[in-house]
Amino acid sequence: MAMKLPVYMDNHATTPVDPRVVEAMRPYFTEKFGNAASRNHEFGWVAEEGVENARAQVAKLIGATPKEIVFTSGATESTNLAIKGAAEMYREKGNHIITQVTEHKATLDTCKRLEKYGYEVTYLPVEKDGRINLEDLRRAITPKTILISIMYANNEIGVVQPIAEIGKIAKEKGIFFHVDGVQAIGKIPVDVQKDGIDLMSISGHKIYGPKGVGALYVRRKNPRVQLSAIIDGGGHERGMRSGTLNVPGIVGLGKACELCQQEMAAEAERLRGLRDRLRDSIMSRLDETFINGSMEHRLPHSLNISFAYVEGESLLMGINDVAVSSGSACTSATLEPSYVLKALGVGEDLAHTSIRFGLGRFNTQEEVDYVADRVVETVTRLRELSPLYEMAKEGVDISKMKWVAASDTH
Amino acid sequence: MAYSEKVVDHYKNPRNVGSLDKSDPNVGTGLVGAPECGDVMKLQMKVNPETRVIEEAKFKTFGCGSAIASSSLATEWVKGKTVEEALAIKNTDIVRELALPPVKIHCSVLAEDAIKAALGDWKKKQGEAESKPEEASATAS
Repeated sequence: MAMKLPVYMDNHATTPVDPRVVEAMRPYFTEKFGNAASRNHEFGWVAEEGVENARAQVAKLIGATPKEIVFTSGATESTNLAIKGAAEMYREKGNHIITQVTEHKATLDTCKRLEKYGYEVTYLPVEKDGRINLEDLRRAITPKTILISIMYANNEIGVVQPIAEIGKIAKEKGIFFHVDGVQAIGKIPVDVQKDGIDLMSISGHKIYGPKGVGALYVRRKNPRVQLSAIIDGGGHERGMRSGTLNVPGIVGLGKACELCQQEMAAEAERLRGLRDRLRDSIMSRLDETFINGSMEHRLPHSLNISFAYVEGESLLMGINDVAVSSGSACTSATLEPSYVLKALGVGEDLAHTSIRFGLGRFNTQEEVDYVADRVVETVTRLRELSPLYEMAKEGVDISKMKWVAASDTH
Repeated sequence: MAYSEKVVDHYKNPRNVGSLDKSDPNVGTGLVGAPECGDVMKLQMKVNPETRVIEEAKFKTFGCGSAIASSSLATEWVKGKTVEEALAIKNTDIVRELALPPVKIHCSVLAEDAIKAALGDWKKKQGEAESKPEEASATAS
């Protein structure tokens, strides 16, 4: 079977929609196109059926009940709703939120906005392996803490947080626990009961579903969580999220969850094997390469490697028939290097050399071998171009150099 | 971000990659940028002390495709020019030639700095006094 180029290995950014999901969605565009809120005719009933079916599929994947699933436009909206909704609802109880520094911007920027409204936010640091310290969490809790928000797994480094332990602490202290489940759901077992989760953000396009749809899990029992809606207009989704439902998207999300439920265990094993193969093939042929974040507590399909003395964007340019991403400043619109790598204590020079690989359902062993070869070839070539590699080989201690940055008198 | 054809060309076929003998009295070495910024350029030139013509130029760069292209282009341009002509090369010339987008203009600035640093180093070796302040080079301690 001929390998298709370019190879897509950036599944943390987004995933292709599974053809089976597309099939499930198709009838809802032109035949079953009704508004799920139309109570009075068959078009509405049929659409509603599709939605309720999907609701059950999403719930099943995470160990919840259908009534606890609220559909949104995506995980960013879900996270906004969870954090702002809880903050507003429980304002009388307190105004303190605890989160951590490597969270997705959806969480961090939402918290920053709440700080402007008078909420206090503690951003816990992470250790070198990328995980928070549970003692730091305990110490940060105050009588005014109303919410803890910690992601299940990080999108840049794939590191998995000690969620069940955090859930226990939250329960002990009577604090609601929100989890950004975007990267973990459908990839590793996630169970809101076992993990003690009260709110969870879910994304469609990270689990081989369509973009533009997501969900928020909102616990109804032990304890019951209430949220202030952030979008008004009609009271859909039990008043928590107004707006006509994206029926085809929701049906797609449901089908994607069902497929993950069925295939997750086998897929995780297959991808773990491929990921390890990729890692070993690259690192056995190159010196001065470093894995960012814990290998032990990590998603099975995720890898983030720094290649010393080679800048990330030039590396991506060299493997231009492979789609991956980098923590280098040059690849971001704002020219700032990855804040996640910075939080791990990875030096800025190494942050500029990092590449993130995200394997997925449609990657093959042939692709992994091809990518490993291209990476090794390109790093080797770029090291020949690199003054830093040259200095390192000569025994110069680069960390002791006094650098003169570019002048800005032009 | 799509790259201009010229940037891709320089990246795939960089001109004059390598090193000259730093201890040669006719070789000027410029090392500018910083690893934390993601951009480091080393530019070396061999200048004929009688004619003041740049006979050889070599570069090595740690940086993105635009940085590599800017420094590669710089070595192409300085060869055959006199010291004074090379010092007149402006970063805007590089931007125009490579069609660099605004977010990559700083790469061309660094290349211009590298040229000035290398020639400044050569001048110092010749014992020439400076009328205009030249760019300083990075130093090992």
